[in-house]
Amino acid sequence: MDLKIHAPPPTTAERTAVDELLGPPAVVAHADRVRRGGPQVTRRDLLLPALHALQDRVGFLSEGGLGYVCERLRVPPADAFGVASFYALWSTVPIAPTVVHVCDDIACRRGGEALVTELGAALGPSGTNGGQTWKRSPCLGLCEQAPAAYVTRAGSPVFRTAFGNATITKIQAAFGGEDQSPSREGLSHFVPQTGSPGLKLLGRVGRLDPVDLDAHLGDGAFAGLQRALSIGPAAVRTEISGSGLTGRGGAAFPTGRKWDAVAAAPAQPHYLCCNADESEPGTFKDRVLMEWDPYAVLEGIAIAAFATGVEHAFIYIRGEYPLAEARLTEAIRRATARGLLGARLAGSGPPLTISVRRGAGAYICGEETALFESIEGKRGEPRSKPPFPVHVGLFGKPTLVNNVETLVNVPLILREGAASFAAVGGGASTGPKLFCVSGAVGRPGLYELPFGVTLREVLAVAGGTPRGLRSLLLGGAAGTFVGEEALDTPLTLEGTRKIGASLGSAVVMVFDHTSEPLDVIRRIAQFFRDESCGKCVPCRVGTQRLEELVARRLRGQPREGDELLREELGQAMRDASICGLGQTAHLAIDSGLRRLNPLPELAK
Amino acid sequence: MWGSNARETHPIFFQHLLKGLTRGAKLYAVDPRFTSSAQWAELWLGLDVGTDVALAHAMAREIIAAGLHNREFVERATTGFEAFAAHVEPFTLERAAEITGVPGAAIAEVARAYARAPRAQLCWTLGITEHHNAVDNVLALINLSLLTGHVGRWGSGVNPLRGQNNVQGGGDMGALPDRLPGFQHIELPRLREKFEAAWGTPLRHERGWHLTQMFSAMERGELSALYVIGENPAQSEADGHRTERLLGGLDTLIVQDMFFTRTARIADVVLPASAGWCESEGTFTSSERRVQRVRRAKSPPGEARDDLDIIVDLARVMGHELIRGVPRPTAEDVWDELRTVSPVHRGMSYARLEANHGLHWPCWDLDHPGEPFLHARLWESPVGGPRAPFSTVDHTPPFEALEPDWPLRLTTGRRLSEFNTGVMSGVYQVPNRREETLDISPADADLYGLVEGERVRVRSRRGAVEVPVHIDPGLRGGLTFMTFHFPDDVASNLLTIDAVDPKSGTAEFKAAAIRIERLAKEPSAAPDASRSAVP
Amino acid sequence: MNPDEINEPIWKVPPPRASVMPARPPDPACQTITLQIDGRTVTVPAGTTLLQAASRLGLRIPTLCWAPTLTPINACRICVVEVEGARTLAPACARPAEAGMVVQTGSERVRLSRKLVLELLASSVALDRAPELLRLIQEYGADPERFGPSAAPADRRDARHAGHHHVGDGATAETVAQPVKVDNSLYVRDYARCVLCYKCVEACGTDAQHTFAITIAGRGFDARVSTEWDAPLPEGACVYCGNCINVCPTGALVFRTEHELREAGSWAPERQQETDTICPFCGVGCTLRVKVQDDKLVSVTSPPEVDVTGGNLCVKGRFGTSYVNG
Repeated sequence: MDLKIHAPPPTTAERTAVDELLGPPAVVAHADRVRRGGPQVTRRDLLLPALHALQDRVGFLSEGGLGYVCERLRVPPADAFGVASFYALWSTVPIAPTVVHVCDDIACRRGGEALVTELGAALGPSGTNGGQTWKRSPCLGLCEQAPAAYVTRAGSPVFRTAFGNATITKIQAAFGGEDQSPSREGLSHFVPQTGSPGLKLLGRVGRLDPVDLDAHLGDGAFAGLQRALSIGPAAVRTEISGSGLTGRGGAAFPTGRKWDAVAAAPAQPHYLCCNADESEPGTFKDRVLMEWDPYAVLEGIAIAAFATGVEHAFIYIRGEYPLAEARLTEAIRRATARGLLGARLAGSGPPLTISVRRGAGAYICGEETALFESIEGKRGEPRSKPPFPVHVGLFGKPTLVNNVETLVNVPLILREGAASFAAVGGGASTGPKLFCVSGAVGRPGLYELPFGVTLREVLAVAGGTPRGLRSLLLGGAAGTFVGEEALDTPLTLEGTRKIGASLGSAVVMVFDHTSEPLDVIRRIAQFFRDESCGKCVPCRVGTQRLEELVARRLRGQPREGDELLREELGQAMRDASICGLGQTAHLAIDSGLRRLNPLPELAK
Repeated sequence: MWGSNARETHPIFFQHLLKGLTRGAKLYAVDPRFTSSAQWAELWLGLDVGTDVALAHAMAREIIAAGLHNREFVERATTGFEAFAAHVEPFTLERAAEITGVPGAAIAEVARAYARAPRAQLCWTLGITEHHNAVDNVLALINLSLLTGHVGRWGSGVNPLRGQNNVQGGGDMGALPDRLPGFQHIELPRLREKFEAAWGTPLRHERGWHLTQMFSAMERGELSALYVIGENPAQSEADGHRTERLLGGLDTLIVQDMFFTRTARIADVVLPASAGWCESEGTFTSSERRVQRVRRAKSPPGEARDDLDIIVDLARVMGHELIRGVPRPTAEDVWDELRTVSPVHRGMSYARLEANHGLHWPCWDLDHPGEPFLHARLWESPVGGPRAPFSTVDHTPPFEALEPDWPLRLTTGRRLSEFNTGVMSGVYQVPNRREETLDISPADADLYGLVEGERVRVRSRRGAVEVPVHIDPGLRGGLTFMTFHFPDDVASNLLTIDAVDPKSGTAEFKAAAIRIERLAKEPSAAPDASRSAVP
Repeated sequence: MNPDEINEPIWKVPPPRASVMPARPPDPACQTITLQIDGRTVTVPAGTTLLQAASRLGLRIPTLCWAPTLTPINACRICVVEVEGARTLAPACARPAEAGMVVQTGSERVRLSRKLVLELLASSVALDRAPELLRLIQEYGADPERFGPSAAPADRRDARHAGHHHVGDGATAETVAQPVKVDNSLYVRDYARCVLCYKCVEACGTDAQHTFAITIAGRGFDARVSTEWDAPLPEGACVYCGNCINVCPTGALVFRTEHELREAGSWAPERQQETDTICPFCGVGCTLRVKVQDDKLVSVTSPPEVDVTGGNLCVKGRFGTSYVNG
């Protein structure tokens, strides 16, 4: 490509950071006579890792740094800037090298606001270019430990830590480079079932050193993979189909059908993406699995890859999960060294490479096609479906996308058999399920319960609602507000659908009577306004107008016609947006506002 | 793509090519410079200026040696293969690497890719034709297409990308020394007689002169009057000093142009003409032989008149009617007359040209859709018409060899926003315009201690100009580049050589030998002096 | 063949007429698909979009971000149609027809979404130079006022950071109003009129020019068309082909000549004529559609239906031709 890069030269730190990732620039023999060019020399897919390298080293993306990345990867500077400015965790202007991102999202609403006020007093306004600064953040996936914070300190090496129960003291310690992640011993506060017998998904969580491969092997890790290799890909897919497993990311698509479609797709190669971009406010189940049982995730990926003819899998993990990323990376390293992954799966199977790719602050990248775009080094804008990922996915090839929790179910099914898995629950909701319980309950945390339990039972396990119950948000920001009337609903796909809600990512967020519903609803509107990628009109402008509408209501000055406007806008967003973000952005807002002020036709 | 920087000189053509690349097509570029076009190529071969024949021969040899030539096609549709194969036999990869400078492995890679491709085209521009052996260069490329059968089929072929909008049309209409309209040879009596009958006037039996021969004739005093329509030879021809001297020495110089060009300034009579493309009616024929309608969109300024009107009046003054019985012929009248004498244009009525956004010749009759490519007859069995001959052409290096006094190769070309001598393109204000520079390699910048923008004197055996240098990483040591877009500021063609291809009459604009002379400066400003200066 | 010519070199003899017409080889057997649109049955080749299939029936579906020469980006969602059995509406411009589909192009549901899209656009973007959109607003009874009065132009839209924005009080409706960017001699960028249809980005990128001088930067409502670092065009990769202007549907990108005539109040469509002719520069033969007002060229475009250009031109054809204005 004939690129025009007008950037100033990079600083030494920037050049080093990029060269450490990409290796030194190649010296081509006979370069004055023979050169390769065109699309073949572009490595757009390395754009996100390269921009991370810059941000990690110097704390922001400069013109010189970005220009150097463009030159190395042969990416047009405008395109690279479009990508750089898309992701919230990157800064395209100079900013303090140490930043604390404070969650002020729904679960962390109050504690987060308090922290932000304190930080403002201590460090000045948000986003300054001094030694340290602070920024507001959408949900950090630590809702059970509200309020949450994520600290990044640029340098070599970069220091990143995310933690709950954030206080100024903990933040100061993190600024100083002190890791704030919870220890294994402290885990039982957030995963209260830790160590209980009979857990299928959380069995090893908190019980084993998460990266100790021997301990995991001793505990049955990779036994599912062994069985998969012995029965062959087709039989593995039959098992999965027979188990009735459905996707745990929110869409609940039958996993077996997806696998069959990828396995049958004629185009080659096939890819697998483990969707670890867990960003739905209120959701933290995948984080716990990745942090505390990374080998289960890897085993699930290995079995899925084997069953669908994949030799290169990607784990796309959100940037706010440094611990999960570190543990997965270490687990991959150890499993590869042991010969479980790499050239031959478990020493005898086909090859499998697993690459970890880090997101950079974009909820939309949890949408599967936006996730592909992001891995390909682009703005996380969803694609039009069809074609579906199983036919045209990552790099235009057939791609299997599964959520972390879905994949962790896979070794279980292979170990225990489809029948015993399907015996739990029923219909499209079989097997064990993780519930993310946060807010005004006795013991917020992650709970594993069999499909079929009611909302009331979930709350009881989580310590009840000692401060009373005003409302519940089911399914996260893209979910639905319900009230006491829903307590006896079984938390299954079918049960939640029956009451006009959805299970989504199994978020159960509880609000007591001290909560400020309109403020929460406004925060949800703000979340979608911030996270809309901006590609399609209904979502780009619709989320802005929704926020304005809620803001008017919050101010006590709704306009005549706002009700009709909200209904029509909601329908248009649901009908005409490209992807799930726009299609569901109005749900929680609608249900929340209706609960506050039921419309006549809904009162019957 | 051979000797063409279409990314800048034929941008819309290149867009089509780029779409092909996104669909998986492969581009290979042969060009001394790593141009913006070459940057899109799978592989770029940076050969020495003027070594194209050797490179083509080595590719041919490689294709034959690897058994990748299209035996069936060669046998059925061509002649002279055995002699050709023997002729290229000495051009081993090693020898070609020595002559061209390009590593043998790269030559082999391109040769094999070309031969193996289901469809392949060879496209070139002036990098092939502005040489003393221009026709040989073209023949060497044609050999490759015959060898592989990449000709006469959809998606294959040999394509010269025309540098000017109607250069194809000019040739089609007989603006060649030996052709009548429709490429009908003036020396073939049957064809000539047809025109004599149609025009009611006898025609010369022999071919005329091409441009370069005209200048030689001026030098010999055999040509004393010249009528120039829409050309600016005073600035576009090689060896500018000589050109201007010869034009100035003519008895009569008539210039018909829409600009008061440098040539017009030394003319005896200037006939102001309208802009052919938007102030008059007619047709242009593009590079792909597509005849398209040109329409009048505005009126010409001042006294400027349509070229046709001027010629009609001129004919009348000389006692002739351009078309018998039509006192004021329109462009369409002229075109319809052409259709009666040029079989390949017969089917192209104005109505059809308009309805189809142009038609490709040959278009034999009113029902014929025009032919998007030529030479399909070579795939007929038996071959329709004569078989296509291989040509045994020799590699001959550029006229001016590099030697210690003239150590640098100067080649010339165009840039995206500019056009030729700048008479049209020099008018608009384009933000990315750069003044004329001598583009040099980073290596030579180091060698001569030159910095970006530093003015130097560039001298060839024929003249010298002063110009700032521009350091272009796409150039290798020893190779320099200039445009000829700004002749009023920097007359690049004072440097170029008028060594001429005997077959086409084209001058070797692409290969002059030059040297760089540093301009005298304040001693303290010179880098060497400043280094030794003691404060 | 004339015996005189037998011994002439091949290049002297006019080529004989080929007995077989050279043409594009036929496509391998193409499958067809039958579907129902608005109650009428239509059969189309596989790969046909719903938009194309509907147009075969003479049905007009409004489009904004779609163009025949560009890859469908389906961002505007104005072309949505209802496919029986589908959860959401489908963009007709990008959705391939499938056998047995039952499609409604003008159902209540479809009309509501189109109306809202028009209202959302008209409430945030200046559309007074987008006649087709103004007509659609009438046709669909769209009422952009219902979102409230327009907010005052916000400053520094180009400096907004993804994931962070100022939350207003909802009293007014945010817009994309911003100053016109005039940074070069050939064209201006008036992004207060930008509907973010992506056409300019596509034309600058892989659908035509492959220069990649502009991109979409930022996110959500703050997304905008931008160069790297919002640099002025002359400091970026732009080669001034102007193909972005050619595809802009709302007058956000205009020729400097047009901009200045409008500023001076002398832009006069009633005194303008358009004529198709051929470019005077290289040998490609691009059709130029020249717009002349008072005997001066005021703009040069190319009709998209001409296969040589597909509507695209280079800097010389589009701007270099202005020399005829003297």
